[in-house]
Amino acid sequence: MAWSETLPLRSSEDVVTVRQRVRMAADREGFRLVDQTKIVTAASEIARNTVIYGGGGSATIEGVEKNGRRGVRITFEDNGPGIADIELAMKDGWTSGAGLGLGLSGAKRLSNEFEIVSAPGKGTRVTLTRWR
Amino acid sequence: MDKIPILKLGEFLLVTVQVDMHDRLAMTLQDDLTERIVASHARGVLIDISALDIVDSFIGRMLANIAAMSAILDAQTVVVGMRPAVAITLVELGLSLPGVRTALNVEKGMELLRARMREVEPGQTAEGQAAYGEGRVQQADGVE
Ligand SMILES: Nc1ncnc2c1ncn2[C@@H]1O[C@H](COP(=O)(O)OP(=O)(O)O)[C@@H](O)[C@H]1O
Ligand SMILES: [Mg+2]
Repeated sequence: MAWSETLPLRSSEDVVTVRQRVRMAADREGFRLVDQTKIVTAASEIARNTVIYGGGGSATIEGVEKNGRRGVRITFEDNGPGIADIELAMKDGWTSGAGLGLGLSGAKRLSNEFEIVSAPGKGTRVTLTRWR
Repeated sequence: MDKIPILKLGEFLLVTVQVDMHDRLAMTLQDDLTERIVASHARGVLIDISALDIVDSFIGRMLANIAAMSAILDAQTVVVGMRPAVAITLVELGLSLPGVRTALNVEKGMELLRARMREVEPGQTAEGQAAYGEGRVQQADGVE
């Protein structure tokens, strides 16, 4: 049924915990292995962004349902600097740091639904959903 | 756990990643491995990731960095044991891992390293190359 949990994201250990909890959620919702791997990988990317660029925040993991279809949704929130140019940030290979610039774009490809809300000084919220 | 063990296997180094690595641990491994390649004059590095249930862009970058760095130090890198679900996901993530060779398992990885080493030995005739290659393999079983 409907359930959710919120986890802190302050350190690289927290990123590992979020990965493990998303894995458990996907398993509980009956995802097959490849789909589990995709949503966990997407979550890992966004969780790391929350810690590194967002200065820490949280991840809320939920079991969701639409038209009788079950899925997992993860909402990442931070009160960091926000993103001025979301279109640019979403480009494959673009990074303001030392990354590969594949986190946002890759997580979008690995999810069925992807939403990003961000503005300078207003923090960032990214929502990933994958259906079974 | 704050270190990933690096084992010496003849003239190769073997790293078996056994835990869900957090980012700092991955960075430590990169540094430790560079030092070990230099100290041990290793000619090849095997990184066994069969225990990893995901590889994201951070771990991918670490693997690519290790490969690039070891190439500079005249050692080849082979990543072994990547799970099929991980490989499929990497493609969709958009990660191509340039310069990273992969093999099914440690055994196949060693074969690949030995073959590569024979190929890259310069200034050898075909015959000489084979002889040199064998010498190398023997050396791998002994000490260096
Ligand atoms: N939570 C966030 N807060 C502020 N900026 C962010 C956040 N997430 C992503 N960004 C920006 O978007 C860019 C692209 O992110 P990403 O695609 O994950 O690549 P990378 O992490 O390799 O830089 C980052 O370099 C950063 O500038
Ligand atoms: Mg990122």
